[in-house]
Amino acid sequence: MKHTLSVLLRNKPGALSRVTGLFSGRGFNIESLCVAETLDPQVSCLTLVTRGSDAIIEQIMKQLHKLIDVIKVSDISEGEYVEREMVLIRMKAEAGTRAEVLRVIDIFRGKVVDVSPTSYTVEITGSESKVRAVIDILRPIGIKEIVRTGTIAMARVPKK
Amino acid sequence: MSKITGAQAIVKCLQEEGVDTIFGFPGGVILDLYDALMDSSISNLLVRHEQGAVHAADGYARASGRVGVALLTSGPGATNGVTGIATAYMDSIPMVVLTGQVPRALIGNDAFQEVDIVGITRPCTKHNYLVSDPDELVPILREAFYLAASGRPGPVLVDMPKDVMAAKMDYPAKEEIRMQTYQPTLDPHPGQVTKACKAILKARRPVLYVGGGVILSNSNQELTELAEKTQIPVTMTLMGLGAFPGTNPLSMGMLGMHGSYAANMMVAKSDLLIAVGARFDDRITGRLDTFAPDAEIIHIDIDPSSISKNVKVDIPLVADCKNALTAMNAWLDSSAEFDRAAFAEKHREWNEQVREWNAKHPLSYQDEGEIIKPQFVIETINRLTGGDAIITTEVGQNQMWTAQFYKFNQPRQLLTSGGLGTMGYGLPAAIGAKVAFPDKTVIDIAGDGSIQMNIQELATAKQYGAAVKVAILNNGYLGMVRQWQELFYNRRYSGTPMEVTPDFVELAKAYGAVGLRAKTKSEVEPVIKEALAINDKVVIMDFVIKREECVFPMIPAGRSTTEMLLA
Ligand SMILES: Cc1ncc(C[n+]2csc(CCOP(=O)(O)OP(=O)(O)O)c2C)c(N)n1
Ligand SMILES: [Mg+2]
Repeated sequence: MKHTLSVLLRNKPGALSRVTGLFSGRGFNIESLCVAETLDPQVSCLTLVTRGSDAIIEQIMKQLHKLIDVIKVSDISEGEYVEREMVLIRMKAEAGTRAEVLRVIDIFRGKVVDVSPTSYTVEITGSESKVRAVIDILRPIGIKEIVRTGTIAMARVPKK
Repeated sequence: MSKITGAQAIVKCLQEEGVDTIFGFPGGVILDLYDALMDSSISNLLVRHEQGAVHAADGYARASGRVGVALLTSGPGATNGVTGIATAYMDSIPMVVLTGQVPRALIGNDAFQEVDIVGITRPCTKHNYLVSDPDELVPILREAFYLAASGRPGPVLVDMPKDVMAAKMDYPAKEEIRMQTYQPTLDPHPGQVTKACKAILKARRPVLYVGGGVILSNSNQELTELAEKTQIPVTMTLMGLGAFPGTNPLSMGMLGMHGSYAANMMVAKSDLLIAVGARFDDRITGRLDTFAPDAEIIHIDIDPSSISKNVKVDIPLVADCKNALTAMNAWLDSSAEFDRAAFAEKHREWNEQVREWNAKHPLSYQDEGEIIKPQFVIETINRLTGGDAIITTEVGQNQMWTAQFYKFNQPRQLLTSGGLGTMGYGLPAAIGAKVAFPDKTVIDIAGDGSIQMNIQELATAKQYGAAVKVAILNNGYLGMVRQWQELFYNRRYSGTPMEVTPDFVELAKAYGAVGLRAKTKSEVEPVIKEALAINDKVVIMDFVIKREECVFPMIPAGRSTTEMLLA
């Protein structure tokens, strides 16, 4: 089962590598990882998507919690939550396909953020599944390159 | 207040933490600290290899219950210490390892003797630090000692750049340590205590399965009280030996791969397994799906991540073992349903069954006349020391025979590398223990292979008058590996015969120690007696034992605990 974990971390050098080292050292998997400062610059928030049985997820949470630099761990996929990912896609922009690219992007409420004589760079934001859907649709038209941010997520009703 | 150097601040802080002994090895970046130590009352013991320093600090910590301290220089000094750190980590030993680092300006430049020791030890320390600001030096050291000793203990490494140790600073006043991100649960949840006690009231075939956590939390008395008042038979892991008296009739000794027949049978047939400060290691459980199949499981552990890691637990009790056991004892005492006499009667049949298993297959070995059997050596050491020595071991058959045949009655009496199984641990650990308890008899029970891994520490022992004894069970083999080859690889002894070993008697002399040798059974007792009579010198006893003796019982790796090979 896929789980989205939100980890609050002391913003210290090496703190992130304690988290990633834990995953590689214990054979847990990371599907995506996103990290940046919170409102409090001493604290980072890390959104991590992983997969595993309930027992494995329980171990992951406990092991994360055991790290001295970790302040809080929550499995936000347990409750209601919103998730977003952003992708930048560089499309081949040839005479025959330009219009179609623009149409697809419009359907997915994307934006063109950079244009060159041979390419469009577009930005699309949404759930991980929406991002995947866009990529699937654009791929036959001609994707040159993509960069994804990985998922960030937030619980709907923040727990006290 | 006048300014002091970082190095002086470290020394001051160590003294504040009550450190009286450091084991270390110097080098360029740590010279300031070595210099400052000269002006302090801390004894700073020079080992002969950094691994020895860390094991000695570890032995000191295990024997005394205090935080061990090792001091290493940067680069190779630090990397040489890593095996020692990992050894302490696996067995949850409180330790602070101080390493020198190149000056801050050079970090990341591949400077001379620079190594990222914080990166290297991240997975084998409880926590580690690179001190990047002189103002943080003392607060970090205080936190390091606090972390090492509290909660589930473990080694903490503090890497200190040379210029930080040279910087001038004000010594910060001591303040209470409060860490937002680290609050171990010490007290058990009362509801869980009730559940656990009710399970005990109900059980017909309960077993106490006791690990090193009981020793770490100094709760052997509380454990003994619980076992005796409920008449529940006890088995211990290698790390737990001594937590419950080995000579108590309720003790069935060690369980697991080389545990006793009775211990493994009673766990397999139990209906309630009470794990106290133990972590269901694979050497204990064997095949997981057949481990204690009928048992409800209570697990007392201070580390929540130990619970349901390998074996699904029914009643978890996250707490310091001492607090949990105290609460359980109190609950039972105040319960109308609990009555000592009735309990003894309720468990009479079960205890009879356990004793019957033990009588059927006791720990035993075949006497072979004048050929020295290793088990006999351990039994004789046990008898002649009155079961009262501090024993360290190396790793292999020597370690298992010690666990089986020495009857440990007190905690902190057996110091052995359980989790990592580090050959070369025993001698430096013995030195650390002897430094902590100069009046105690300290014996390293060694193999001919392992002893060569840190043999250089004989010089350390001599230099500081740490008159430890080493009993080498000399079988001319890496015996435990040979045993696996005998049993599972068709006796193909690839890489296990020790074709060349030093003459240990001559070697003892070269190190200014006494060397004794026994080649026949009748020489064993006189040699041990002679060794025990020498108190001012290191003594090496070389016991030339039966070469191809195996440790039994044995549960082959990955098999069920009831599938024991008995001989
Ligand atoms: C540092 C290290 N290397 C390798 C091993 C693997 N190993 C486990 S037991 C053993 C044999 C030890 O031989 P010896 O010290 O002679 O003890 P014996 O088993 O013969 O009593 C070996 C090589 C280990 N535990 N530690
Ligand atoms: Mg050997």
